[in-house]
Amino acid sequence: MTSQERAALDAPSLDRTLVRIAHEIREQHKDSAALALVGIRTRGVYLAERLQKKLLEITGTEIPLGTLDITMYRDDLSEVGPNPEVRETKLPFDLKQKVIILVDDVLYTGRTIRAALDALNDYGRPKMIQLAVLVDRGHRELPIRADYVGKNIPTSVKERVIIRIKEVDGRDEAVITGGKGA
Amino acid sequence: MTTASKVLWTRKDLLGLKDLSVGEIELILDTAKSFSEVSQRDVKKSPALRGKTVVNLFLEPSTRTRVSFELAEKRLSADAIGMASGGSSMTKGESLWDTIANIEALKVDIIVMRHGSSGAPHRVSNYTRCGIVNAGDGINEHPTQGLLDIFTLREIKGKIKGLKVVFVGDILHSRVARSNVWGLTKLGAEVVLCGPKTLIPWGIEELGVKVVHDVKKAIDDADAVTLLRIQMERQNETLFPSIREYASTFGLNTALFKRAKPDAILMHPGPVNRGVEIEGALADSPQSYILKQVTNGIAVRMAVLYLLSGALKNE
Repeated sequence: MTSQERAALDAPSLDRTLVRIAHEIREQHKDSAALALVGIRTRGVYLAERLQKKLLEITGTEIPLGTLDITMYRDDLSEVGPNPEVRETKLPFDLKQKVIILVDDVLYTGRTIRAALDALNDYGRPKMIQLAVLVDRGHRELPIRADYVGKNIPTSVKERVIIRIKEVDGRDEAVITGGKGA
Repeated sequence: MTTASKVLWTRKDLLGLKDLSVGEIELILDTAKSFSEVSQRDVKKSPALRGKTVVNLFLEPSTRTRVSFELAEKRLSADAIGMASGGSSMTKGESLWDTIANIEALKVDIIVMRHGSSGAPHRVSNYTRCGIVNAGDGINEHPTQGLLDIFTLREIKGKIKGLKVVFVGDILHSRVARSNVWGLTKLGAEVVLCGPKTLIPWGIEELGVKVVHDVKKAIDDADAVTLLRIQMERQNETLFPSIREYASTFGLNTALFKRAKPDAILMHPGPVNRGVEIEGALADSPQSYILKQVTNGIAVRMAVLYLLSGALKNE
């Protein structure tokens, strides 16, 4: 955390938050055999991996895990600038009859989730799709909401919410930058 | 795992591997890896090029490349239209420049172009705002074929650097060989060219490749062998005594291929002339990746079209 950043979640509370989400998922879905986790690249993938571990501890079942790259489905591809890099999507299970829990780090405008729903549609017709996010910062531009929210953090549009994950950034935390006085 | 600061694609055209940097080549290969998954789904479609129009202008016969491009375009949701010289106004005397100007006036985004003259797409690209993808120009380059060969090799071997890659056959008339030579040498492979003296371009060693005329020596310890067809349609003079003699001297068979490394792979850009440059059984052996190349071709072409379309909107 630099001096410009304000803490929103430290490493232990981030972990506790994921434990809580895992229990909430377990509570809503008694039949864990139908469940599948799909992490949205990049940080959603690591959060989904951790949820998978926690659900294994709770239920004793290993829930299938997929990764989704939504670049091809973005609604701003026709805007100015070189096209963003497309990375791999891996969904190593049949989506039919599955309850998919989409996992992402921050829910903001909802456009990423819109793209993810379109993408999943091209892989099959799941029984249900739910959304789990670590942080909901508001400012939706589409009618989308999360089913599992780690923490609601009201923000201004000028602020940024940064999630750091050990696997990518070397440590676990959620911070807010910009905004106030900036 | 960090997202390395990758090269961004800013070219509106793909004319040849000669012009590309190592970073640009790797960007295409990595993007192609991501796109290869689209063709394995139930719904083989992604909306990345929705609303874009692509014209496939094939002024020389082609089946596999044209079909591969068309599938790539459709799997990206682009609107694809085919144009061949036979059915176009070019037979009524329209010049290539006028044809291109007309296509541009139809608000087309990308032209995939095959032409019998080396350098034709390069010339055309300066006169149009449309993106140009070279789908083979004379004996110069066939960049998407070169890229799909390199993609297949990298997929199986996990790397390119340090591999010994051998090309046997008609190098002189092969745009596939030239694109491979540019790409593979840039990525650090050892490239060996083999064929009758009359079918090896003079001075090609200057590009950093080795020329070996004895096919046995050429294949020794190879990691990959790519066979090239004798392009009879491009030969006005007799460059070797007969097809039969060529087959007995340079034709690859199972015994000869054993000289390569045990895990060596066999590739061929097609069309295959069984019994001439390659023994039929060898073409069907588990070490043959000829059909894998065909499958990979779609992903590589999807990647190229996706990257070009990103550069085209800067207007």
